[in-house]
Amino acid sequence: MAKADFQVPKLKQYAEIPPVAPGAMAHSAPFKSKPEFQATLGFPGELAPDWQRQALDKMGDLLGRYRSLRVYLDSCVKCGSCTDKCHYYLGTHDPKNMPVGRQDLMRKVYRRYFTLAGRLFPKLVGAEDFTEEVLADWYSYFHQCSQCRRCSVFCPYGIDTAEISMAAREIMDHIGVGQKYCNEIIGKVYKIGNNLGLPGPALADTLEGLEEDVFDDTGVEVKYPLDQEGAEILLVTPSADFFAEPHVDGLIGYGKVFHEAGVSWTLSSYASEAANFGMFIGSYENMRRVAQRIREAAIKLKVKRIVFGECGHAWRVAYSFLNTLAGPWDFLDQRYPIPQHICEFTYDLMQQGKLRFDKSQNDDKVLTYHDSCNVARASRMGDRPGGQFDIPRAIIRATCNHFYDMDEETIRDRTFCCGGGGGLLTDDLMELRVKGAQPRVEALNNLMQEKGVTHMAAICAICKSQFTKVLPYYGMDMDQIVSVHQLVSNAIILTGQDEEDTPDAGTTEADYADEAA
Amino acid sequence: MPIEVNGKSFETDEEGYLANINDWEPGVASVMAKEDDLELTDEHWDIINFLREYYEEYQIAPAVRVLTKAVGKKMGKDKGNSKYLYGLFPYGPAKQACRYAGLPKPTGCV
Repeated sequence: MAKADFQVPKLKQYAEIPPVAPGAMAHSAPFKSKPEFQATLGFPGELAPDWQRQALDKMGDLLGRYRSLRVYLDSCVKCGSCTDKCHYYLGTHDPKNMPVGRQDLMRKVYRRYFTLAGRLFPKLVGAEDFTEEVLADWYSYFHQCSQCRRCSVFCPYGIDTAEISMAAREIMDHIGVGQKYCNEIIGKVYKIGNNLGLPGPALADTLEGLEEDVFDDTGVEVKYPLDQEGAEILLVTPSADFFAEPHVDGLIGYGKVFHEAGVSWTLSSYASEAANFGMFIGSYENMRRVAQRIREAAIKLKVKRIVFGECGHAWRVAYSFLNTLAGPWDFLDQRYPIPQHICEFTYDLMQQGKLRFDKSQNDDKVLTYHDSCNVARASRMGDRPGGQFDIPRAIIRATCNHFYDMDEETIRDRTFCCGGGGGLLTDDLMELRVKGAQPRVEALNNLMQEKGVTHMAAICAICKSQFTKVLPYYGMDMDQIVSVHQLVSNAIILTGQDEEDTPDAGTTEADYADEAA
Repeated sequence: MPIEVNGKSFETDEEGYLANINDWEPGVASVMAKEDDLELTDEHWDIINFLREYYEEYQIAPAVRVLTKAVGKKMGKDKGNSKYLYGLFPYGPAKQACRYAGLPKPTGCV
């Protein structure tokens, strides 16, 4: 772990609403995107002399395109309900990290140029000119929002700060003020096919290694196919699943589930990325361009189904927008959800009694589950409301003997962000990430004290990487965060597996028929 | 911000990664390690050299599992894990070791 050059928050037994510390995070801003990264995405490379005019034109364009944006900017009544709901406010104490404070950064500009009162009497209605100082504030604080939407759950008007942050980043990109982390990564997707920049041969080598490992462990030839034309299922998963831990343990799990299901499946080197950072920067055009790759791969490989791996915002894009971005999907098998989440896939097999688990393989752990924000608040799973909460938990309960939920104020639709979502998972924002993780880590810590919880499972690549990095700052271990399908991978009994060390403790559908009810 | 190695200047990006991988020489790793208060041992060099070889072939740093497996094969099973690698490179093998090896920083959700 790196040494912290900032104060790591102290974990408390009860959540405290901190007194405000104005300007506490004014110094925080991510590295700016270079002109060449900007150009790849169709944005200018640097600020032009008439940037203010360009920015206001873009804001006008977005206000016309998204009625929601205008409603959000018009309807706030300053009730204060959101003020203590953002993990970044709770962790940093900076009032501009209160959702209303963040919204007001855009609202004051909106009022100045797009409302009559603001044009005539700016001071009376809190309207302000769009100056370079305001722009600097935008760059800093709209990169202190992980677009997790927790505030919107508590806002009586449903104002979604995430959409305001996305719009702000879109406006900034259009005047040449982009963020390096997101924009460089989107460029890599266009050039190579994934966020990491893993070329096909490296993918093939990595997957081959996984096949060897699983064979050594189990004696079963589980395949991890790449670019296999005619396979039934295309798996689209975050590239971190190939590269990082504990992500890869989840990928191993998906493969074992597909193996037991007896379906043919494949990954694509062209669409080797589920993540879609186009959403983080609020760029419909880039989001569409990234999503189109999945369509092209599906057609080329002649698959019948598309399944998404464990990635939070990818599932939001897939579940909520894939049809408008890259549809129609009339060439896929209409009997299955389009697209389907790997958790839905696994859960479905569990219900059919097609998977056998030996839960004792996870007895070295006491689990809890972290609801990832985009899955929890921007999508669904299965065919019942709340399926996105219940299905992953049902999978954990089916594969582990020991599971406890964290404080109910911090789970399900009220879950706290990991602190690294929304395009903020970059080292230059480490202070923000550590401080923003405080509310989640606090709830985890309390459960560790009360119930002896040892591990937290998640279904988002960002959450997994973020906790791996920030837990050590709080005195915890980096490997306390695990993939849900890692638990599946540990417990699943493969047909024909060397069973000498596996007791006959397989569970069938009867054991978890009610789990998700 | 450029770094000075044996009187020569090497261009780096804002995060301290070498601007041009082909400029790399062993002294670069030593100077970068010194700035982190780290003494490079033979074990460190084994990792750095493996990263460079892998990059040469695949144009990307190896996945953590590929790396741990290679280390395990070469240096014994007890060392083929991330704990061992984090022991050597406390900022993380992917990021710190890649930087010393002159490789670009792995990007994405890692």
